[in-house]
Amino acid sequence: MSDNILIKARDLSVHYPLSGGGLFGPKRVVRATEGVNIDIEKGSFFGLVGESGSGKTTLGRALLKAAPITRGTIEYDDGDVTYDISTLDAKQLKDYRSRSQLIFQDPYAALSPRMTVRDIIAEPLEVMGLTSTREETDERVREIAAKCRLNLEHLRRFPHAFSGGQRQRISIARALVSKPKFVVADESVAALDVSIQADVLNLLKEIQEEMGVTFLFISHDLSVVAHVCDHVAVMYLGRLVETAPTKELFAAPRHPYTKALLSAIPSLDPDDRGTAQKLIGEIPSPTNPPPGCKFQTRCPNAIDKCRVDEPKLEHSSAGHEVACHRWQELMDT
Amino acid sequence: MAEIEKQGLRAWLMTDTPTSRRHARFAALYAGWLTLKANPMAMVGLAILILLLGMAAFAPLLSPHDPFEQNLIGRLQSMGAEGHILGTDSLGRDLLSRVIYGSRITLYIVALVALIAPIVGLLVGTVAGYTGGIVDAILMRITDIFLAFPRLVLALAFVAALGAGIENAVLAISLTAWPPYARIARAETLTIRNSDYIAAVKLQGAGAFRIITKHIWPLCISSLIVRVTLDMAGVILAAAGLGFLGLGAQPPSPEWGAMISEGRRFILDSWWVATIPGLAIFTVSLGFNLLGDGLRDVLDPKDGDSA
Repeated sequence: MSDNILIKARDLSVHYPLSGGGLFGPKRVVRATEGVNIDIEKGSFFGLVGESGSGKTTLGRALLKAAPITRGTIEYDDGDVTYDISTLDAKQLKDYRSRSQLIFQDPYAALSPRMTVRDIIAEPLEVMGLTSTREETDERVREIAAKCRLNLEHLRRFPHAFSGGQRQRISIARALVSKPKFVVADESVAALDVSIQADVLNLLKEIQEEMGVTFLFISHDLSVVAHVCDHVAVMYLGRLVETAPTKELFAAPRHPYTKALLSAIPSLDPDDRGTAQKLIGEIPSPTNPPPGCKFQTRCPNAIDKCRVDEPKLEHSSAGHEVACHRWQELMDT
Repeated sequence: MAEIEKQGLRAWLMTDTPTSRRHARFAALYAGWLTLKANPMAMVGLAILILLLGMAAFAPLLSPHDPFEQNLIGRLQSMGAEGHILGTDSLGRDLLSRVIYGSRITLYIVALVALIAPIVGLLVGTVAGYTGGIVDAILMRITDIFLAFPRLVLALAFVAALGAGIENAVLAISLTAWPPYARIARAETLTIRNSDYIAAVKLQGAGAFRIITKHIWPLCISSLIVRVTLDMAGVILAAAGLGFLGLGAQPPSPEWGAMISEGRRFILDSWWVATIPGLAIFTVSLGFNLLGDGLRDVLDPKDGDSA
């Protein structure tokens, strides 16, 4: 089991210092992620869900060494190399850059307006020095473009000539041209029309099967996650609250937050209205998190213990872990 | 036959499916040209500047006399006098010829300043904007110091220190002209460097040098070009001002500012001696301004009025 893990993060915390607070006042920090333990299996499609501000993007960036890691370790092991991401030297970082990539949320902001599509896709190869001649670069670009269903004709145009879905495919081609092992897709379909979303999701799935890429798929859309992911982790206020194989999580959610999220998925049945379990209030500020369980301010089942003790992730069944004091009691209800 | 070929070229330029990278660039340029063409004022500006270029290029063919040939008997002849359409100056030199040759000097100054000032500004601005922190603070404070002086006064001081002459005038004007470019380049850099596509390049492992030269410069250049064309009028005026004060081009060179300065003494009796080069300066400045406005609408639609 352990040799099948690509990314293994332990006690991973990312804190951003806040400016202000005065010279002598206490230093205020945003605890974007706090003590996250996560195992991402090789070749899996790992979903990460949570509402805005829950720290999912920060976690994704930290795994790519694009956010400052305050505490904790990340082990990366793809079979060829083993890195400790939190302490990479310059040479290792350069190598890790070619093994990991990010697909952005907004396809309109992620492509430089003054470069042709060919130049955009070729850029990683040039930066990483993966190809030596222009012909070789062109060959690699054509190959990945074909995989991402882009025509040769498209390569000579500028990004403004493309629709959102096409742009996202260009983004995907750019991320995959260096043949990375690990790709973080940060809300990569959220900005697209529903019909295009399905198209892009299927493309990601195909590519994953063909190239054996491991995806960390960050989303707030549970129906999308249910469609593509093998394993899902739920985040709330910088903490992991529940992680389980997709089927298990959707069939038997343990954490009250997960339950609320699942019941909030809109149903296609017109008779099924208003049964969603509403979450009252906003997600608390990560600069000033509540004591005890971070979800206690909005949890319908919170008891006194929840307001004092912070629950740890507990094993509930195979591959299923949950951070709640009362998950066993709540199972029966 | 020619008609078909023309259509073919037009179709080639208008295509949505370019066949090569050069083709794509040409098509983008052509689209910009079509927008510019729809703006009559910009076309007037462009016509003035093409005329200026033609004048400078064919000066020996166009000018009826040698601009340096003196004729003290025929001095201060009025406009329309025989052989001298625009009259003569205090040394009997043909004004038309002098104005035509003067366009060469003006173009020389404008071209050099247009090359030096934006490049210096681009370097300073992008490095300051991208690096941030202490480098940014130091570079921008230096820029502020340059901006704190009135332009002509600073140029005067430089020329006084370096010595009079055209090259030093160019240098002095460039030294006073670069800070606004640095400001613009820095502002552009600040917005660009936080964009997703720069984050993408960083995640590919690119260094600061590559990001600045390959990604930030190309995006800054269009706003700088607009600024250059709008600035050229000011440069021409500064050059003329230096010439007028005797610190730019030296006699007998037919620099327009110096010509006004010479004509000033006779302005009441022979008004045309100072007025003709003045009109030349006015026309060329206007041409640059009109073209600059048009170019801004093409290259930088977000700043122009959308009407």
